[in-house]
Amino acid sequence: MSALLEVSGLTKRFGGLVAVKDIGFTINAGEILGLIGPNGSGKSTVMKCIMGIERPNAGSVKLSGIDVAGWPTHRIARQGVGIVFQHSHPLQRQTILEHIKLALLPDNLLMLATDHGVTRRAEEIAARVGLSAVMHRLPRTLPFADLRRLELAKAIARNPKVVLVDEPFAGLTSGEVADFSNLIASFRAEGHAVLLVDHNVKGVAALVDRVLAMYLGEYVAEGSAEEVMRNETVRRVYLGGKIETAVRPEREGKDRTPLLNVRGLGVLYGKATALEDVSIHVGEGEFVSVVGLNGAGKTTLFNAVSGLVPHSGTVEWRGQTLAGKTPGGIARDGIVQCPETRELFGDMSVRENLDLGGQHQTVEDATKQLNWLFDLFPILKSRQNQAARTLSGGEQQMLAIARALMMKPKLLILDEPTLGLAPVILEQLSKALETLRQTTDITVLLGEQNVTFALPHADRVYVIEHSRIVWEGDPGRFAEEAGAGYL
Amino acid sequence: MIRSRTFQLAVPALIVMALLPLGVDGYILGLLTLAYYYAVFAMSWDLLFGFAGEVNFGPSFLIGIGAYTAALLNHYWLWPIPACLVAGAFAAVIAGAVLAVPALRLTGPYFGLVTLVAVLLLQNMIVLFAGITGGEIGLDLPDVLSIDDNTNYYYALVFMTVSGAILFGLAQSPVGLILQASGQNATEAAALGFNVAKHKLAAFCISAFFSGLAGAMLIFYMGTASVGTVVDIAVGVNVIIAAVLGGRRTIIGAALGAIFLIGAGEILRPLGQLATFVVSAVALVVILFFPGGFMGRILQSGGRE
Repeated sequence: MSALLEVSGLTKRFGGLVAVKDIGFTINAGEILGLIGPNGSGKSTVMKCIMGIERPNAGSVKLSGIDVAGWPTHRIARQGVGIVFQHSHPLQRQTILEHIKLALLPDNLLMLATDHGVTRRAEEIAARVGLSAVMHRLPRTLPFADLRRLELAKAIARNPKVVLVDEPFAGLTSGEVADFSNLIASFRAEGHAVLLVDHNVKGVAALVDRVLAMYLGEYVAEGSAEEVMRNETVRRVYLGGKIETAVRPEREGKDRTPLLNVRGLGVLYGKATALEDVSIHVGEGEFVSVVGLNGAGKTTLFNAVSGLVPHSGTVEWRGQTLAGKTPGGIARDGIVQCPETRELFGDMSVRENLDLGGQHQTVEDATKQLNWLFDLFPILKSRQNQAARTLSGGEQQMLAIARALMMKPKLLILDEPTLGLAPVILEQLSKALETLRQTTDITVLLGEQNVTFALPHADRVYVIEHSRIVWEGDPGRFAEEAGAGYL
Repeated sequence: MIRSRTFQLAVPALIVMALLPLGVDGYILGLLTLAYYYAVFAMSWDLLFGFAGEVNFGPSFLIGIGAYTAALLNHYWLWPIPACLVAGAFAAVIAGAVLAVPALRLTGPYFGLVTLVAVLLLQNMIVLFAGITGGEIGLDLPDVLSIDDNTNYYYALVFMTVSGAILFGLAQSPVGLILQASGQNATEAAALGFNVAKHKLAAFCISAFFSGLAGAMLIFYMGTASVGTVVDIAVGVNVIIAAVLGGRRTIIGAALGAIFLIGAGEILRPLGQLATFVVSAVALVVILFFPGGFMGRILQSGGRE
């Protein structure tokens, strides 16, 4: 077999951040390679570099021997690379069939009419992906899975040598997953080289021939799905090495009052189910971690609690429903979320960001809180006058947490604080959280995919998978009971 | 299908327009003549905004280049009208390409800002070189299209119909489809193998061609070229309002919007200064509550499912 796609020494930097570092692999004709890594590991960047959506800083991307690294996207596409995007952005006024026809058109300014062959070919492709019945409908009238089928259809229409598929099964039901697996397997059968990008090995294990695992932009392991799942480093990245749990001093009232009580929560994003029948509770003074891969529904859960997304089911706060409250009202009631995206005011100074968090306090209270936070995060004190935008990722995360704490929350929701941070920063952050946990009676709800970070501080752990809570229990029992399903 | 539905609406409307000179006085015909040229401006603009997804804040840059090129050639060298029209249209294409090649590299609102600055530059140049261009007073033309209202009306109607048919056909063709894909999601279009910059540049040139040609026609109808009628920012704003009012991504809607805008301005003339206010308010309401515009509503209510 010959290598259709040959990537070597691929490196991509965004400013100071090295998103991809010296990654290399080959894919032969008729082979499926899974590119696996947790959120922020750089796998999507690798895919974008191959497609030319991002320009690699170094390395080569060879397509049947021709180096296309740094070419514009449309030339790489014509050279024989196709991509199946995770999100579909269809044109609103064109039917499904017209979308497929578009993918069949040559890049020519004089194409004023299409011949009949194009229509017939488009109909064949629609039939192949299972869109025949709906091919004359508009995209907005179709369910989510059909829009994903349309993305596949467009890739088939270009008949690329190399197909890149971004998170093939995100948001699909198990029946649809089987359908999509068959379609992707048919690419292999026809001799295409396929690159599947996904979060965990488990989801794609049945489909892939080989797996390459990445973490923080670097190569971790390569081999068959089983080999990679057995790999020590991979296990450490996903499950954390030896998990140390610290017992927290008992406090009066702990566990007695359910501070937050979520029952039967459901959320739909358009046609995709983001959360289904989720029930969790958080007691006063408790530190609860919600563990799950990217896309499992953690952020959606927190946004529903904060009143940012419409949902079914009930959210009770100190025994009272939060239905009908505005996000601002919920925050003033004491539920403060520190979002994954940090949402800092980049052009304002560190101090101004913190002062904004303390807007609802009296001046003395705010000053007291500020001094306490400067003790907790000394680095912020020395960076007071610097624009938030210029801080490093770790410092920005500390600032985001500090700003949330300025509001004196009863319940602090931390959404993926470790996203994209280097291990050394994680340690600092971990220490600060432990201090917080040991010296105050704050209640924390932490969402994480990094188990090593999430478990040590937790009093209780929930595991969320495919929009549902699948496990609840003590962090000490996590590795043996829930660990296996997490790779 | 949109195509047949649009034809169902357009053909009877065109027949009525063609018969109008039989029963309407010269003043109204003159007004409609002006409106038809505006319709071409607006349709050209919609090709860029609705299909290529680029907001050109300076349609009057292209219009003005076409108009003044034709005017200067006619005024100083007495070129015949057809030659002036051709020269005007091609000057607009060249000026448009010179502007668009660097500007299309910019992303976000910067393309729009560049086009806006271009209008101001052109306006300043014309005023600055008043000795040659006539400045703010304008430049008299030795030739006019016709002195007969009916003839002028038919020139404009035929010109609008032909331009509209070409622009509409282009928008509905495979090239128009690629253009829409490029405008709505450039990354995805590029991943399908389309050179997004090439298609957008072509759209800009086509838009410039019709804008410039219409600008040149307009001054030969009026007999004079002046900043206020073909270059001023206000001209561009009216073109934009007309296109958005009529319905984005419909081409024909832009023509409808232009005719409405000029018609409404005239009907409300007794209100004096207030007329502009009322028309603007109507435009605002339509844009806020029916962002699809007139044609958007019509096509949607009976659209396919």
